[in-house]
Amino acid sequence: MWFIRINMTDQTYKLEPVPQEYQYFAGRGLTSKLVASEVPPMAHPLGPNNKLVFSTGFVTGTSAPTSARMSVGAKSPLTHGIKEANVGSTFPPEFSKMHIKALIVEGQPADKNKYWGITLAWDEAEGKPVIEFFDASEYKGQDLYEMFPKVYGKFGDKISIASFGNAAEFSYGNSGIVFNDLEKRPSRYAGRGGLGAVMASKKLKLIILKAKGAPGVEIKNKDLFESGRKKMVDALMSHAITKPKGGLNSYGTAVLVNILNEAGGLPTRNFSSGRFEGAPKIAGEAIFENNKTRTGKEVYNHACSPGCIIRCSNTYYKPNGEEHVSCIEYESGWALGANCGIDDLDKVAEMVRLCNAYGLDTIETGTSIGVAMEAGVLEFGDADGSLALIHKIGHGEDIGRIVGAGTGPAGQTLGVTRVPAVKGQGMPAYEPRAVKGIGITYATTTMGADHTAGYTIAPEILGVMGKQDPLSNEGKAGLSQAFQATTAFIDSSGHCLFIAFAILDIPDGYQGMIDEVNGVLGTNWTADDILEHGKEILRIERDFNAAAGIGKEANRVPEFMKYEPLPPHNQTFDIPDEVLDSVYGDL
Amino acid sequence: MITITLKLFATLSRFMPEKKENELPGIPRQIKIPHNSTLSDLIILLKIPADEVKLCYVNGVYQEINYRLQENDEVGIFPPIGGG
Repeated sequence: MWFIRINMTDQTYKLEPVPQEYQYFAGRGLTSKLVASEVPPMAHPLGPNNKLVFSTGFVTGTSAPTSARMSVGAKSPLTHGIKEANVGSTFPPEFSKMHIKALIVEGQPADKNKYWGITLAWDEAEGKPVIEFFDASEYKGQDLYEMFPKVYGKFGDKISIASFGNAAEFSYGNSGIVFNDLEKRPSRYAGRGGLGAVMASKKLKLIILKAKGAPGVEIKNKDLFESGRKKMVDALMSHAITKPKGGLNSYGTAVLVNILNEAGGLPTRNFSSGRFEGAPKIAGEAIFENNKTRTGKEVYNHACSPGCIIRCSNTYYKPNGEEHVSCIEYESGWALGANCGIDDLDKVAEMVRLCNAYGLDTIETGTSIGVAMEAGVLEFGDADGSLALIHKIGHGEDIGRIVGAGTGPAGQTLGVTRVPAVKGQGMPAYEPRAVKGIGITYATTTMGADHTAGYTIAPEILGVMGKQDPLSNEGKAGLSQAFQATTAFIDSSGHCLFIAFAILDIPDGYQGMIDEVNGVLGTNWTADDILEHGKEILRIERDFNAAAGIGKEANRVPEFMKYEPLPPHNQTFDIPDEVLDSVYGDL
Repeated sequence: MITITLKLFATLSRFMPEKKENELPGIPRQIKIPHNSTLSDLIILLKIPADEVKLCYVNGVYQEINYRLQENDEVGIFPPIGGG
């Protein structure tokens, strides 16, 4: 296994054996440990001393189901703290098969006008990865839907791609790193926290993987791995949420629109209500019904990455039956729909497509437009105005430069008090005043407001792992901490977080995940050990943030949520500060 | 009889009484049910197999199936779903 260091200052690279202290870290654990060890906490996120780290999970590249995930880490230009975002694509398993533990992008070229690309291939003669640099300036400023086919045309069909769009070239806090899906679309994102801008600051426009001939992932204990894999497959194939033609495969993640609306926790019109009257029109069910009408058949969802059983990614079709966009996730449809007061699904689909074309994070785009609406830049419900604003963001025109900076910076610049952000990052699609546990996660996670960091929605709303009252504060700090620690491990395993729906309800599936990892590593980790591993990752991230000037005082929801009661339950966010502090204080 | 507002979501929408062609799941419908009905009684009345029901919300609050329905209650019934 290797670390590959790419020095963008002089366009050189070197392979290093993985140091002992990193042997038992992968995915998020590895990106966070490397960033914390090697990036000065006060470094400017877009300067030469930040580093961008790519790492796959322990079981990525094996036959473990739903495990084609990769973490990308750096210091974030949006939160100014540590950042990890993960993504499913063909890219991660191909990366793992080349025995690469981490790719670390360092430095910065002197020429700010030139973009570089690298091809990362397997050298069969030498038995190791080999990198070539090339001039990628021709791809600057291009719509990603136009750029991807050109790249495939030049480098062949068997490649995987990581890149960024215009948003990153404008150094936005709202810019993701884009990866290809199975149909070669530029649609899978390590989306949050402005990682695209970090990659653009390195002037590394393209990473192209060619894994042909690579040896594949080494598995130390094949019997144990295989036994774990079977347990995981059984759990995913049998749980009602994750099985084929189950909730996720039929309706996609947007199936959550209606239930959050029903629970009064669907943030609406920039977090001024928990109910949106247009919710059914933008829900997963509406996507399914429209597709059925428009294509003449029931359309079930597809996998974002190889080897996935859950297959939750939708494709949305135009009235004439042509493909419009893939994928309208729950978060995307909510952010650009309910949060902006827009209930026209075709307009929302076009907004998602534009975000993909410009390399924007759909959540951050929707929450930033929400604060712009609050500021009177445009009216709530103005779909055409929102589309025009996304074009301005994508082209770097006038107010687009401000809104593209992200929710916190945009809200501050526009003089808005109702800014739904933590550490500058926009809140996702669950209202903290109506779902208290997720509010604790938003406030305390090292990532800025991030639902995936500790998804207490599972028990609070969905009845996974029992059912808890979302309006109650009781026990929620402990719940959030347990979810955050477990998630840090899942984000290191290489599995998609959605396996949690199955394995939190099916203990054999949970053991299956542990067995798979032990099988690959040759370890004997227990359930307690993996929880401790997750906590270790959280401590590393917490300590980096503290050294970067983001201490526990930053672990708060925005003040308006403490004094503005949210309809329909008319509750405020009333978790005391000392309870919030206990989540990371007790780690 | 009492009147309630009913919403059936995702795969359960096929059990909506007199479901109209192309009607979106989640669009509310007022129906009359017997006095003293529980959520469980309602589920039987609608002929929804019990194992397809995961979550019932009444007036925005999760309720167990022994909850006794009141006049003008708003009821939303869901199968197992997840996302994120």
